[in-house]
Amino acid sequence: MLLIGCPWCGPRDETEYHYGGQAHVPHPETPADLDDRQWAEYVFYRDNAKGPFAERWVHSTGCRRWFNVLRDTVTNEVLAAYRLDEPRPELPQAGGNR
Amino acid sequence: MAEPTLDTGANTGANTGADAGEDAGPVAPRTSPLAHLAERMRAATVTGARGVALTEWPFITMADLRVDPASEAADRIEKTLGAPLPRQCGHTTASGPHTVVWLGPDEWLVLSQGEETAVAAELREALGEDPGSVVDVSANRTTLELSGPAARQVLEKGCPLDLHPRAMGPGRAVSTTVGPIAVLLWQVDDAPTYRLFPRSSFADYLARWLIDAMSEYRGPEIP
Ligand SMILES: [Zn+2]
Repeated sequence: MLLIGCPWCGPRDETEYHYGGQAHVPHPETPADLDDRQWAEYVFYRDNAKGPFAERWVHSTGCRRWFNVLRDTVTNEVLAAYRLDEPRPELPQAGGNR
Repeated sequence: MAEPTLDTGANTGANTGADAGEDAGPVAPRTSPLAHLAERMRAATVTGARGVALTEWPFITMADLRVDPASEAADRIEKTLGAPLPRQCGHTTASGPHTVVWLGPDEWLVLSQGEETAVAAELREALGEDPGSVVDVSANRTTLELSGPAARQVLEKGCPLDLHPRAMGPGRAVSTTVGPIAVLLWQVDDAPTYRLFPRSSFADYLARWLIDAMSEYRGPEIP
């Protein structure tokens, strides 16, 4: 069970949330100009990071707000949670006591 | 949200008459989502040092309010309510017949003893043409009251929140889950008394879940 800190509600069990896939995927500025391959890449193609990964979560049974989480896909550690209007936080360099 | 579909079957609910328009025919009484379990909830009452009781408070007026808390519209709404909009998760404010519960950074639930259409109309007037919304959601949820010395233990069987007094107390209300059901959970007093607000269609399951969870307190504590 992950313990995820909602930016508005504080730490809650993973069961209160739903997952929303990779964060920071910009909507194409001129969608009409995209060919099928480019559109497919926007809709379906996502990174498969090993390590810190920025992803969207929604606090479904709490405040119902979407926000972003940085999660280490190797250790499942939740490194940071931040609002949609905040930039992706810088992480301390690997090593240390993580 | 519109009024719930009216049921012409066996009824125990009060007739609010809210639908009585100018064609003023007889209005079918509303049936609360848990009317059929009233007797079982009453029978599940446990008395004594491990006591706990469950009842439904049907037809509480509820309005969902969305507005930017920094806006002038929010000021007007606060004046209308006579209470500030709580700005933090878990906080509530109260004034006269209204209790305002934080649902999100720009969303509140106004619980009221007032007449439902009047409460929504007053808030909508205060909002005016500014961005935001006021929706009468009285039929969206029903209200269960769980109280008694064992009430916290009953909830702790299925609620992931910390309900210990260091984290939760009278006047706090938080959206969470009890069993698998999403509820708004409001602690009213130190008895402790909790009010649970499940969606109406999940109320039957939640009431049965609670009745089951309460049953062990009838007997002595097993060491
Ligand atoms: Zn939240």
